[in-house]
Amino acid sequence: MRARLARIDWHDRNTVVYGVLLLLALLFPAVAQFSTGGNGNFLVSTAADAGVYVLLALGLNVVVGFAGLLDLGYAAFFAIGAYTYAMLASNKLAVSPLHHGVHIPFWIALFVAVAVAALFGAMLGAPTLRLRGDYLAIVTLGFGEIVPRIFRNGGSLTGGVNGITALDLPTLPVWLDGPWAGLQLALVRDYQFIDPTAYYVLMLILLGLAIILTSNLLRSRLGRAWMAIREDEVAAAAMGVNTVATKLLAFAVGASFSGFAGCFYGAKLSLVSPENFSFVVSVTILLMVVLGGMGNIPGVIVGALTIYFVDFYVLTNLPSWSSGLADAIGLGFLNQSHAGWTGLGDETQRLIYLVFGLILVVTMVLRPQGLLPSRQRQEELAGGTADEALADVGAA
Amino acid sequence: MGEAGAGLSPNSPSEWLVFSAVEKTGRLERGPRDVPPGLRTVRQVRAVLGGRLGTWLLAILAVLVIGLVVVPKVVAGGYGFFVQILAFGVANGAIFALIALGYTMVYGIIELINFAHGDVFTLGAFVSLPLLSAFGLVEGKSSGAGLWFGLLAVFAITMLIIGVLNMLIERVAYRPLRHAPRLAPLITAVGMSFILEGIMYVWRGAFNIHYPDLLPGQRLPIGEGASIGVKDVLVVVVAVVLVGLFSIFIARSRLGKAMRATAQDRDAAALVGIDIDQTISATFFLGAILAAAGGIIFGLYFNSVRFDQGFEAGLIAFTAAVFGGIGNIPGAALGGLIIGLIQAFSNAYFQAAWTDVVIFAILILVLVFRPTGLLGMAVPQK
Repeated sequence: MRARLARIDWHDRNTVVYGVLLLLALLFPAVAQFSTGGNGNFLVSTAADAGVYVLLALGLNVVVGFAGLLDLGYAAFFAIGAYTYAMLASNKLAVSPLHHGVHIPFWIALFVAVAVAALFGAMLGAPTLRLRGDYLAIVTLGFGEIVPRIFRNGGSLTGGVNGITALDLPTLPVWLDGPWAGLQLALVRDYQFIDPTAYYVLMLILLGLAIILTSNLLRSRLGRAWMAIREDEVAAAAMGVNTVATKLLAFAVGASFSGFAGCFYGAKLSLVSPENFSFVVSVTILLMVVLGGMGNIPGVIVGALTIYFVDFYVLTNLPSWSSGLADAIGLGFLNQSHAGWTGLGDETQRLIYLVFGLILVVTMVLRPQGLLPSRQRQEELAGGTADEALADVGAA
Repeated sequence: MGEAGAGLSPNSPSEWLVFSAVEKTGRLERGPRDVPPGLRTVRQVRAVLGGRLGTWLLAILAVLVIGLVVVPKVVAGGYGFFVQILAFGVANGAIFALIALGYTMVYGIIELINFAHGDVFTLGAFVSLPLLSAFGLVEGKSSGAGLWFGLLAVFAITMLIIGVLNMLIERVAYRPLRHAPRLAPLITAVGMSFILEGIMYVWRGAFNIHYPDLLPGQRLPIGEGASIGVKDVLVVVVAVVLVGLFSIFIARSRLGKAMRATAQDRDAAALVGIDIDQTISATFFLGAILAAAGGIIFGLYFNSVRFDQGFEAGLIAFTAAVFGGIGNIPGAALGGLIIGLIQAFSNAYFQAAWTDVVIFAILILVLVFRPTGLLGMAVPQK
């Protein structure tokens, strides 16, 4: 352990980012509660939801960032994970030929969901392995469009448009309540996850697991094979990389993370609905990966948090902020609605699409490599080997 | 974790080499130790499905589905209804074809899935709305020569505006990223899509907007109680003329030749003196004028437009482009037509909720059995 600690290089940007993220993650619930005078549950809950997206971005990063396979239908696996939990932890299967609701504990369902998502990842991957580059992206796009529609049209088995409700909450057999939760010190049996902080902690543990898993994968033989395929598939095959199995594994591993995320998401909301897994979700996750810096794990986390913050916090609150600001600086008349003007808050609401699009275009044009790019990839890009054939280097 | 891939891979470096040599030449005998049996089956299935047999399987599957599922329903529905749906499907497909051409052109030349293209199509409809009133074209009042010249002018001006706008979009959002990682322009395309939708949302709001019903509503009887709408015919004629002009332009003109050369090999095209930037700009201009025309036709045909209609329409048109073979111009037109027909028939004879599932499932099947699309040729990996 000491040797490990001694090896930490605080000059490495990624280490610093990990350190800052860990510190922020640990302090966040306390800060949120303190700054809102004990009403911070909403903020903690939002942070746990943001964690779902971080988890998804980490999974997609394996497919897009490590293996270089463009996946435009990642939300489909998220949906499969969530619906797996919904089926296994509610009364839903009572309408199936089984005639009994199934109630598998969350902790087991988590791994079932992972396995199911990975299976579907491999199933999608298998017929598409002959396809290269963008054709693969198109198949994943089609898959991403099909899956939520099947859930929506699935009738009583999938709950149709309304989805599946009343999912089981995760429980622990014993738990220690104490002053940290504002309660007396006591041993509780059958502790139920209701408090957002409990979900927050659970999410941190899942994220920690995911980070360790993906960083180890990146350094493994499989990770190197992924990178080789990403840089040049023909060369990788010539060097003996089994491209079929390697690509399949990228899909399966990437999908398995969304199994985690879907399971957590279903449990926390206690509801799954086909509307939550549209193409926009797939694109948002892809944005997180690309904006953060493909292939670089801390970068992807920062990208996911940034996009989540902008999309679900800043842009959601922008209308109320703008009308509040107008009131505060004596421009309150802007908030009155009259013909052709519905009030500043409402007008700002209409601008959200536009603002989000502008943010995307401007950041990408200014920083196409992402916020915290993988140093390896950056080197390749700067060196000009990524988009030039070998012959061109010789000719120049 | 280090050996995570080991389960599926040969045991030693020398085996890796034999393994890949077998895959490359396909001539060496495959010993039992070279490839795990499961993987060998996958490869064999792959080899069988990928070739000409795959195309035949796909064709047989299509014939079976049409013969056993679609034909009985159509026969039960009656002749008049069938003709109506057919005409609707062809008109619908003509609109998809117009959008798909822009996708296929842009993809062919810079390998970008231009997600903003569907919104360029919607913008065509939105921009033409004030122009229609500027030319005094009012529902139920305009007719005769005034209507046709007015419409011609609206088409021309809208196409010009949208074309120039799309060139600007390319200049701002895609050109600076031409040497960036491949996903960067994809993200700006999504961003551009949000921006265009945002502009239309701010401009006209979030609801369906009525588009004036200017085309004559008569129906042409074609015997046995069946009839075709004049609208259907007009839409198809305009689309066919546009696609025809466009194909001739690409095949015959200097600029068209430059586009094809740039799509084939950008460096070589630059070496023989083709201005790459200009050619790519022209591609965006041409793609946009077709999409704009598609937008106006959509408005005139369906009489309702909405700020975010382009997103879904764009995805389906893109599917059409891939279906026909991306980068291939007749392919995109054919793909659009087929997708339009599938959509019309699925909506009319089966449940509309499953239509998109059917379309995307067909997309996946086509890509699996015939990855180059219906008319596409194998594209070399760049």
